[in-house]
Amino acid sequence: MGTGYGLAESERLPKTIFEQAISGNRRSLAKLLTAVENGEVSHDLLGISSRVVDGSVIGVTGAPGVGKSCLIERLLSTWTSDGLKIAVIAVDPSSPLTGGALLGDRIRMESADDNPNVFVRSFATRNQPGGMPNAVVLAADVMRHCDYDIVLIETVGSGQSEIRIVSVADRIVLVEAPLRGDEVQAEKAGVMELADMIVVNKSDLEGSDRAAANIISALEVTGNPPPVLLTSAKTAVGIEDLAVQLRTLPAKPGAELARARERLLTAWDNALLSRKDINEVLDGLASSENSAQEWVENNLRW
Amino acid sequence: MRIVIAKPGLDGHDRGAKVVARALRDAGHEVIYTGLRRTPEQIVRTVIDEDADMLGISSLSGAHAFLFPRICQLLVEAGCIDVTVFGGGIIPVDERPILFDSGMRAIFGPGTKMQEMSEFVDAVISRVSSNQPVGVGEGGDWVWSSGE
Repeated sequence: MGTGYGLAESERLPKTIFEQAISGNRRSLAKLLTAVENGEVSHDLLGISSRVVDGSVIGVTGAPGVGKSCLIERLLSTWTSDGLKIAVIAVDPSSPLTGGALLGDRIRMESADDNPNVFVRSFATRNQPGGMPNAVVLAADVMRHCDYDIVLIETVGSGQSEIRIVSVADRIVLVEAPLRGDEVQAEKAGVMELADMIVVNKSDLEGSDRAAANIISALEVTGNPPPVLLTSAKTAVGIEDLAVQLRTLPAKPGAELARARERLLTAWDNALLSRKDINEVLDGLASSENSAQEWVENNLRW
Repeated sequence: MRIVIAKPGLDGHDRGAKVVARALRDAGHEVIYTGLRRTPEQIVRTVIDEDADMLGISSLSGAHAFLFPRICQLLVEAGCIDVTVFGGGIIPVDERPILFDSGMRAIFGPGTKMQEMSEFVDAVISRVSSNQPVGVGEGGDWVWSSGE
């Protein structure tokens, strides 16, 4: 089933649907996002240019179970009571074997179901590299055009080196929680170095102060350390401060090259995976002795 | 297919809904699970925002006779006539015709094989591609019968 099934022919044109979405029609926005997700529309087709980075698209990343969804729910209710409109893109993994996905982030976002100033859309990774679907870039731009003041992107539960989110979001918030390992964990390289803010959630639990202290001391030596906040999505402690700081959060200096690198890799992956013969190429690699390295050397030139 | 699996009403028995969500995931579909105790209005909004092709609703509390037709009615009112609605749970056989009349296309009771759910979804896909009605507001009298 594609986009617009059940709609009249004129209503299926992406630009028409986009105009309806901009005027506040949720169903049109939802249909347009499906077209975006399926790669059926582009910035050009919608007549918009790529968004200027202004801090309004915020990536929320962190390991599974640290409380990303619950924290987002707290932000949704805080920001919407301040009169803001917020959109959320919640990414969950697709099965590498069947392509199916169970998208469950919105269970913990109660505002998703009835707050008129909130729009939550679940995205499956569809096995795109880095756990971040390419369509998220255009999806976020479309949401901003539809008057959503802030777009939050919740990544799949990630480990230490999933940094693809930096190529789609203006700012990165890394969510941590207490009791996730010894103090050396905070010293390791990875996403922590690119985060514009680090939130230690579950501050109602014992050990959260120490977790925050370890992170602060690890980052102090790097220069330009990002702010580290303690919050509890359970009790709402620290949420108000987080909501305020996120609205004016500066980008962490020194991450520009890493961001550019991720944007290039995203564009490169996209170009490779949208080749018309990609399925034949994969079948060939799966069933033959040819190595992927050889295929790259023989087929890709630059 | 994008499929929303929802638990309307007050009953807390979601083992079945979760198993179905998992089985449809394993059949290659993108499944959005709403969690427990959702109102018909909340479920319809989820279907709209997630642009779902299908909605599965589960009830074991006896409230299906009110909740299921109400959800179908709200979907039609919202213009989602093309969404295929199916149900599961404890639904007495003699109460099913009313649910089918409200636009539902299948009711799965206890003991349903996961294979059958998947065959139902495939049947819906094949009917859509040949422009035969399957949506909650598209009319026609097709409902799923096992072994089809």
